[in-house]
Amino acid sequence: MDLRLKALTKSPWVFHISTGSCNNCDIELIDVLTPRYDAERFGIVLVGSIKHADVLMVTGSMNRKCIPLVKDLYQQAPKPILVIALGTCSCGRGIFRDSYNCPVNVDDVIPVDVYVPGCPPKPEAIIAGIVKGIEKLK
Amino acid sequence: MSKNTIIPIGPYHPLQEEPEFFKLQVEGERVVGVEINIGYNHRGIEQLCEQKSYDQVTYVVERICGICSTSHPFAYVNAVEDLAKVVVPERALYIRTIIGELERIHSHLLWLGLAGHFLGYNTVFMWSWKYREIVLNIFEQISGNRNHYAMMKPGGVRRDIDKEDIPTILKGMDELETKITMLKKAIMDDPVLHARLKGVGVLTKEEAINYSALGPVARASGVKIDVRKDEPYAAYDKIDWDIIVTENGDLFDKVVVRILEKLESIKIIRQCLKKIPSGEIDAKIKEIPPGEGIGRHEAPRGEVFHYIRSDGTNSPVRHKVRAPSFMNVATNNTTVIGTNVADAVIVLAAVDPCYCCTERLYVYQDHKKVMDANELIKLSQERTEELRKKLVV
Amino acid sequence: MKNLDKIKEKFKDKLENIHIHNQRRIYIDLKDKKDIKEVAKFLFYDLSMRFNIASGVDTRSFIEILYHFSSDDTGEIISIRVKIDKSNPEIESIALVFKAAEWIEREIYELLGIQFKGHPDLRRLLLSDDWPKDKFPLRHEDKK
Repeated sequence: MDLRLKALTKSPWVFHISTGSCNNCDIELIDVLTPRYDAERFGIVLVGSIKHADVLMVTGSMNRKCIPLVKDLYQQAPKPILVIALGTCSCGRGIFRDSYNCPVNVDDVIPVDVYVPGCPPKPEAIIAGIVKGIEKLK
Repeated sequence: MSKNTIIPIGPYHPLQEEPEFFKLQVEGERVVGVEINIGYNHRGIEQLCEQKSYDQVTYVVERICGICSTSHPFAYVNAVEDLAKVVVPERALYIRTIIGELERIHSHLLWLGLAGHFLGYNTVFMWSWKYREIVLNIFEQISGNRNHYAMMKPGGVRRDIDKEDIPTILKGMDELETKITMLKKAIMDDPVLHARLKGVGVLTKEEAINYSALGPVARASGVKIDVRKDEPYAAYDKIDWDIIVTENGDLFDKVVVRILEKLESIKIIRQCLKKIPSGEIDAKIKEIPPGEGIGRHEAPRGEVFHYIRSDGTNSPVRHKVRAPSFMNVATNNTTVIGTNVADAVIVLAAVDPCYCCTERLYVYQDHKKVMDANELIKLSQERTEELRKKLVV
Repeated sequence: MKNLDKIKEKFKDKLENIHIHNQRRIYIDLKDKKDIKEVAKFLFYDLSMRFNIASGVDTRSFIEILYHFSSDDTGEIISIRVKIDKSNPEIESIALVFKAAEWIEREIYELLGIQFKGHPDLRRLLLSDDWPKDKFPLRHEDKK
């Protein structure tokens, strides 16, 4: 295994972008880090810059204003990067499919590795999603 | 080089209804101007609602915001019932009140934790999020989901609260009361927080009225408004509780209002559980007549306002949604000006927008990155540390 | 109801129709849209009511804007309705009367395409810049 890939599978750092979500997936993501689930003990940490990230966590239904920004962020991300679509909205727009301001899916804009459905997905599901993504890299 | 530096905050800022992009204009350390830019979260919900039937709209409006996921349905069902002049069964009204207040507790705890994080009090962050789990557990037991409980329905509620659930709720309330009282003492007696928050980001009463500020933001500035008292709905008029109002309008008061409100909510829930009558939980609306209806609900962040127009068909012709942050976020125009850059983070967060903003902060000077989110939070945390040292010595 | 009497007294000949849905929900239709600034000023400052929001509604013949004001003492909501011609979608801005109206006018401007005369900063609020200029999501004819 290439060294960079090996490093990626240990303590994945997460950068989180919301593309017009209702915020619930975002809260549950923070919930994963706080005492009850405490994913920080496995080294899963939220970081403030995409340049430090191993995992790109996307929530929301891809708003028109966000599309160029998400593309931009994905380009800036160090590769290889694991992209996780969190929640029903980012997996397939869910209830917002007919909206005029949500024209595309997340996976039409950037390649997605793992889908975690649910509205919102439970913290256990989010942890399972990250683990599955790491398994995939191996 | 121009004297003013621009600090863009955002735009990746998954705020509940309105994600924001703040452009702070800074002269040295002082903020002299702010430009607020929103729309990164606009999903066209108002138009979407016109395509759905009245029962389906409840689910759409629930997904406006994840934190207040019962506030929008609550205001929506109030609007539909106002339009159709429905009398809702008593038991349903009590259940609605309980759900609404549980949500207020978890939302205020969430805000307190994030405010703590921005100030460098990570213990407060972890603690309040830990105690928030108590509320989420209760929700999971009652409704089957931790968030998005789907309890509301035009004419009643969708699920009953079982008798077996009541002891668990009461036990949770006892636990929460001790924990919140502890947090209250810890925060109110902390000299560092006093030094850090008093007199910062003041919103005067006149400004609060001019901007039509709502909820805790307005109440901290001495404007005594609360829809639960002004226009009692659900079971709020049958229960004894107080509006929390403070005078100064600074950050400290905003914290105090939110902490005391949680204790009020616990009081309301206890009384509701005692008084709740048995009986039907659904008025079973058959049809919605043509007309107009307005519904309001005091969400954790302030008044939610829904306007509905019906033409007698199965779906609304127009559904206008006004979330409290729409009014409150605009108050940043005055509060943030004149503050320190290190204070700006907490001032912008004080209206209770969202946390993720600060994870996406970048400071640019002449298009070159100078500072990122963590550094700006660090700046804020260092300032607290400085004050702490000064006070201890 | 006291507030309603005061409005009736002050703007006797400018009101077209008053619909009382119930004690706390009053809808007042204005005869002419140009009076809105004066009426809004009276409600906000003289009756010290709070500006809730404005809702724009696209009906078959007109675009209606409802300005909702609420009184926190009595709990009533008075909605002032103005009708705007679709051929000339223009109305006086009330953003200079009180700041609370600034954002909602921008929102109505982009979603329904109404020009607010005298608005200090009439730009798009929610939609992205690449959204076509002549399409308004909440206008009914624009639906597919």
